[in-house]
Amino acid sequence: MKVALFVPCYVDQLHPQVAHATVRVLERLGVEVVFPEEQTCCGQPMANAGFAADAAPLARHFLEVFGGFDHVVAPSGSCVSMVRNHYGAFLSGAPGFDRLRRGTWELCEFLTDVLKVGELPGRYPHKVGLHQSCHGLRELGLGSPSERMEPRFSKVGLLLSRLQGIELVSLSRPDECCGFGGTFAVAEEAVSCLMGRDRLADHLAAGAEEVTGTDVSCLMHLDGLARRTRLPLRFRHVAEILAEATA
Amino acid sequence: MTGHAERAARFAADEPRAHWHDQALWFVRLKRDRMAAAVPEWEALRERAAAVKAHARARLADYLEQFEREATRRGLRVHWARDADEHNAIVHRILSERGVTRVVKSKSMLTEECHLNPYLAARGIEVVDTDLGERIVQLAGEPPSHIVLPAIHKKKEEIGELFHRTLGTAAGASDPTYLTQAARAHLREKFLAAQAGLTGVNFAIAETGGIVVCTNEGNADMGTHLPPLHVACMGVEKIVPRLADLSVFLRLLARSATGQPVTTYTTHFHAPRPGGELHVVIVDNGRSRLLAEEGFRGALACIRCGACMNTCPVFRRSGGYSYAWTIPGPIGSVLAPGRDPVAHGSLPFASSLCGSCDAVCPVKIPLHDQLLARRREVVRAGGQPLAKRLAMRVGGWVLRHRALYEVAGRLARLALRRLPRALLYGRWNAWGRQRELPAAPAESFRDAWRRTRGDGRG
Repeated sequence: MKVALFVPCYVDQLHPQVAHATVRVLERLGVEVVFPEEQTCCGQPMANAGFAADAAPLARHFLEVFGGFDHVVAPSGSCVSMVRNHYGAFLSGAPGFDRLRRGTWELCEFLTDVLKVGELPGRYPHKVGLHQSCHGLRELGLGSPSERMEPRFSKVGLLLSRLQGIELVSLSRPDECCGFGGTFAVAEEAVSCLMGRDRLADHLAAGAEEVTGTDVSCLMHLDGLARRTRLPLRFRHVAEILAEATA
Repeated sequence: MTGHAERAARFAADEPRAHWHDQALWFVRLKRDRMAAAVPEWEALRERAAAVKAHARARLADYLEQFEREATRRGLRVHWARDADEHNAIVHRILSERGVTRVVKSKSMLTEECHLNPYLAARGIEVVDTDLGERIVQLAGEPPSHIVLPAIHKKKEEIGELFHRTLGTAAGASDPTYLTQAARAHLREKFLAAQAGLTGVNFAIAETGGIVVCTNEGNADMGTHLPPLHVACMGVEKIVPRLADLSVFLRLLARSATGQPVTTYTTHFHAPRPGGELHVVIVDNGRSRLLAEEGFRGALACIRCGACMNTCPVFRRSGGYSYAWTIPGPIGSVLAPGRDPVAHGSLPFASSLCGSCDAVCPVKIPLHDQLLARRREVVRAGGQPLAKRLAMRVGGWVLRHRALYEVAGRLARLALRRLPRALLYGRWNAWGRQRELPAAPAESFRDAWRRTRGDGRG
């Protein structure tokens, strides 16, 4: 199987190790990975700030770059949700858009839903807190949000829990927002940081050594707060954990 | 112009207090979770409620007219008000024609929206709010900070101090039972002396022409059972088609609002009391304009349970006043810009778009999508500062051209790696006030990919 790797702009530039880990995980599972170099950004920063006119060309560009692939995989629930749930406003009716929308996956859901990975032979002897990023959780349905009264599941949690030696800690607020929220992190800096510190306190109280998640953006915000006050927490994208555990 | 961010920052600056506020509301959210989990058909109930509201909305005029016919047949008197001014004038006329100068009122967000209290006070009519939380904020000279928990922003010590000043309770007393008893004795006098009772309306039933009022303190009942005159004020969206529909909403309302299985007092008013009068004032005040807005009319389904406020991580840490509008929180941030996208332009941005509000909403209003849509409106209406508009324009342009994007990326990484800390963390950098910037790598992913896999596969 061949997939096109979509590396969100800030991952490409600031956290390339997450994209490298994504490639390693996919290739280890026998997937052929290509990286279309014309890709840039999905346009979410503009779209979420309400600047639709500035986001629309980026959506069209994305369709041009990725439109020819059966599967597009990205280590970011938020960017994938942009394509799947919000591109309709810019691309509705465009040739190839429906196929693109159906074929764009967040890494973990690609592993569970498309590759149907059952066992992940790997070992990761650490106490890990899972930060369930909001867009992955509530827009992509990577898990059941705590507000909804339906059977409980977590695709990311399931993948991680199969690793030997891992201990996923229990949070008092399992899916509260970390406060990143794109431009919110800057425009509402005070509340954003308060939210982030509360998330960190929950992870620390639960005994986490590491915090992981599907979105580098949330982790970058939490990491920035933790480093400022020198909290004893490490932040790793779930792809990094899977890549290391299965090495 | 001061927006939500500045007001929220002031609230959040007192971090222990913001945490206390957050905990108090989170406690309610947890109670709601427990109660909702105890109803196996919870999600089906939400679907049903949304469907009933959508149906009622689609035939709103018909159901309102049916309500008027049936209510009139039962001896209620129905009045129509286009806006807040007409509403206030109608209520004042009803009261003054009967020589009423002392009124007790149970909680009604509509009358808050219309600023009825000051209107009547200016015309020599005393209006006493009888919901305990409402009475507290009224004595403090403040508006409610939350639609279900109006005084949630006040600590019991502060209420003790306020009651000491206004009701003569013992100095330094903060025991909730003692303070509640004092308020009850004080309100009892007001109930006994009142010449009219004002209430809101939680549901109006088109089929029967009756109205339903839900309270936890029985104050609507106290206020309407003693005096001979009852004036009930309702927004046009409160209509439900049939009596049978009520069960759906009554099961959802209290569980979503406070985590109770049902509101303590759910009172049906289907006729004036013998010898008395029951007036219903039906108010539009911008609602038909919302009905005409295709992307937002779903917000009319709101039953004012406040669940979106209790779950909203931003509301919990910024307080109701930071929204500077009658209805705060996610639903208020959707409704207020519908009135004026520039004046309330900061509200749709007072959200991380986490989507918890949608998932908790008992009538399934897609709140976070509507907040996003409101942002687009605010931008279109020119309600965002020039600097941000420019940044978005330039950012979009750079990201559209791969070569430019790569150059910008290299420069940004270089800056992060080489610039002195004092420069990187200057006043301009809102990210860096409380957070470290990411440690930039020397090489981007695409550079590494080109270097190691530059074999034409890309």
